[in-house]
Amino acid sequence: MFGWEFPPHISGGLGTACYGLTKGMSHIPGLDVIFVVPKMWGDEDQSTIRLLAAENFPVRRKYVEMQGFLKEMTFLEIHSRIMPYMSPEEFAKTRKKSRTGTSVYFNTDHIGKFKFSGTYGPDLFQEIANYSLIARVIAEDHPFDIIHAHDWLAYPAGIAAKEASGKPLVIHVHATDFDRSGGSVNPAVFEIERRGMEIADKIIAVSNLTRKTIIEKYGIDPCKVVTVYNAVDPAGDQDGINFSKPLNGKIVTFLGRITLQKGPEYFIEAANKVLRKLSDVHFVMAGSGDMFPRMIKHAASLGITDRFHFTGFLKQRDVNQMYRMSDLYVMPSISEPFGISPLEAMQSNVPVIISHQSGVSEILKHAIKIDFWDIDAMADAIYGILQYNALSRMFKKLGKTEVENLKWENSALHVKEIYDEVLSQ
Amino acid sequence: MKTICLYFQVHQPFRLRRYRFFDIGTSEYYYDDYANESVIKKIAAKCYLPANKLLLELIEKFGDRFKVAFSISGIALDQFELYAPEVLESFRRLADTKNVEFLAETYSHSLVSLTDAGEFSSQVERHSERIESLFGVKPKVFRNTELVYSDEIGSAIAGMGFEGMLSEGARHILGWKSPNYLYTNSINPDLRLLLRNTGLSDDIAFRFSRRSWDQWPLTAEKYVKWLKKSGRNDKVINIFIEYETLGDHHPADSGIFEFFRAFTEIIIGKNEFKFSVPSLIIQELQPVDTIDVPYPASWADEEKDLSAWLGNDMQNEAFNKLYALRELVSKTSDNKILTDWHFLQTSDHFYYMSTKVFTEQEVHKHYNPYESPYDAFINYMNVLSDFTRRLKKLVGSEESRMLQVERLLKEKDELIQTLQKRIDQLQETAPVMVGPVGVEENEEPGKPALKESGKKVTGKQN
Repeated sequence: MFGWEFPPHISGGLGTACYGLTKGMSHIPGLDVIFVVPKMWGDEDQSTIRLLAAENFPVRRKYVEMQGFLKEMTFLEIHSRIMPYMSPEEFAKTRKKSRTGTSVYFNTDHIGKFKFSGTYGPDLFQEIANYSLIARVIAEDHPFDIIHAHDWLAYPAGIAAKEASGKPLVIHVHATDFDRSGGSVNPAVFEIERRGMEIADKIIAVSNLTRKTIIEKYGIDPCKVVTVYNAVDPAGDQDGINFSKPLNGKIVTFLGRITLQKGPEYFIEAANKVLRKLSDVHFVMAGSGDMFPRMIKHAASLGITDRFHFTGFLKQRDVNQMYRMSDLYVMPSISEPFGISPLEAMQSNVPVIISHQSGVSEILKHAIKIDFWDIDAMADAIYGILQYNALSRMFKKLGKTEVENLKWENSALHVKEIYDEVLSQ
Repeated sequence: MKTICLYFQVHQPFRLRRYRFFDIGTSEYYYDDYANESVIKKIAAKCYLPANKLLLELIEKFGDRFKVAFSISGIALDQFELYAPEVLESFRRLADTKNVEFLAETYSHSLVSLTDAGEFSSQVERHSERIESLFGVKPKVFRNTELVYSDEIGSAIAGMGFEGMLSEGARHILGWKSPNYLYTNSINPDLRLLLRNTGLSDDIAFRFSRRSWDQWPLTAEKYVKWLKKSGRNDKVINIFIEYETLGDHHPADSGIFEFFRAFTEIIIGKNEFKFSVPSLIIQELQPVDTIDVPYPASWADEEKDLSAWLGNDMQNEAFNKLYALRELVSKTSDNKILTDWHFLQTSDHFYYMSTKVFTEQEVHKHYNPYESPYDAFINYMNVLSDFTRRLKKLVGSEESRMLQVERLLKEKDELIQTLQKRIDQLQETAPVMVGPVGVEENEEPGKPALKESGKKVTGKQN
């Protein structure tokens, strides 16, 4: 299995999904996973040096026993500098910084548009090529039956492994560039994605929404594309039970990268409408991203910043804290292939409003669903949940049960069925 | 001889428009005219008009041997009047044949029988008056919204002067008993009960056009065979269904109209069956037993209880908030407020909030304007918030006007009292001064006294 991130170093939904899926797979007898992940070493200076002397890519083999996994998993960490959620531009910037000795922000959540206007950094594509080179070596060295590659950075690796071994390739589409870019697709990325989809023997999409994109935008045969929904890990023990809210009144939260894809401006507009009617409510926009400064300016121009707050980037611990503070979670994404965060909110007993343009809306019943652009509907739903207490009570009761029934084991079983089908062909 | 009792329920709610929270306080109109008009017109064309035509033909053909009963909610009548008067006209023609009985209902198709006895009886009365004025006959038999029935509701209905009532023949009510007999209310045995035969009614209402049903297609011959198969001593088989079953729930091309015509003809051709209507049946038949229903039952879903309307927190909150306003509403006679009050009580609003839609999709989705029960709840509560605001404002202003009048009356009373005292005083002193002497002398002491009291009064008013 080729991925690009794995806990503890995760910066988005992909890492969480890979983790959950492999954990679910560990419960299936007769299925063993070798997880290949590009990883930056902890010490930046050192890595820069090693990278510069990059004749041999060291591969580090680990056998890791993880909590909740029923068996040991083989981990192959490739020394690479690929970072998820980073555009080629950002990547180039980060590298430059690290050479000059400033720290690299592993967790920077910038995704941005892939604007290839002549200034793109070739390094990212170089890294991808390196990754696939190693993939070839790994494929020759290790016995396996099937290759599973997660998202576009890993597709070339998957293809290389397929070419080296002749084994079937399954690619797992967690997002496409249409989701990330909000329409202005990067042709180079598109090409990598399309090629992966064409060479793959089977494609797993995280929702019907994504499946549709794959079929319509990439021209893939519908028979080849199967939807397997993500799930959510059971919520662990939550620390600080006697937690009290720092603010009086209700809190409505947006939590995610502040980028075009996530629809932050619609959240601000809806907040503005609600704030005109209700005084005892606060809105929080948590996260960072390329639209962050613009959003602050926007909120300020509406004159609502006394009750509209920005937190900046939140660490996992703070994220949990944020959920527990919230009375309502809103995900107004313009294009969300799946969207695990509403499920996490529901685990923390928080009612959720999600956009129809998210994969998760295909499976959730106990959530309010709106179109991302329908600010009136969003504002109305927010108002309703804050004002009419029966709603929150219902959501807490039914939502939690609903989420608890979304198990990674089931998703993993579904994936296993796909493997069996591919192998029998 | 077995009696076949055919009863059709006719109802459509006034659906609410999308009412956002920022409409609260700015817009006092709550209804989706376009949706309501188009739904009524659509169902009129698919069901009401062709079905009424069929019934009229059958009555003209068979005369007294064919009889059916209807109940039409006040809300549906209002909408026919507004959007499809020809439907009302065709019902009138049916009424003129005297072979069609119209039963009483709650005007608003509400669940008020569960919460407020006073409001309940006023809605029933209002509906009966409307039916009498439209069809010329005052209903004698009552049919509650969604066949909601309990011992107490039955006894309340008996108290309003009704002789009979319809109820669901739910298994948890009947136990080993058969629905195919006449029963009585357990509190007031004067009230006769007709119980719906669940299986035979649902065969037509829900299963008729379901191809996955092992009995599909259902022919009239097969159905009559089932009717025959029921117990030999059975007296009455009550087939209670929604009228929209004919032509709307089951479209014309499912053969539902042909089925119905053939079924009627076969029944009339056989000596062992006859058609009748509730008010006649309760006089012809002897009740065999009482029925105990301590908790309200209905005709909905598998459970035959209230869970489709009052089964979750949202429904209960909306319902309780609505009826908490009853006292305030009784203080006003404002027409607009009262109209909204009636329209907002319609059970469908609560039905749309049912989380059972997720499991019983088919039935719950009929012309449901909402995407989810949550959506339905938010919209309803927004409307209810505005209605409450208007009501409080109106009653408040009416009350303050009353207070003003009261204060004015009090001042006048005081004025009268002071004047009265003056007059009394004058009368006491007058005999001393007034003697056989002339009027001229009398004027002198009187004048200053009058002036004085006049001053006093004006002083007080200031």
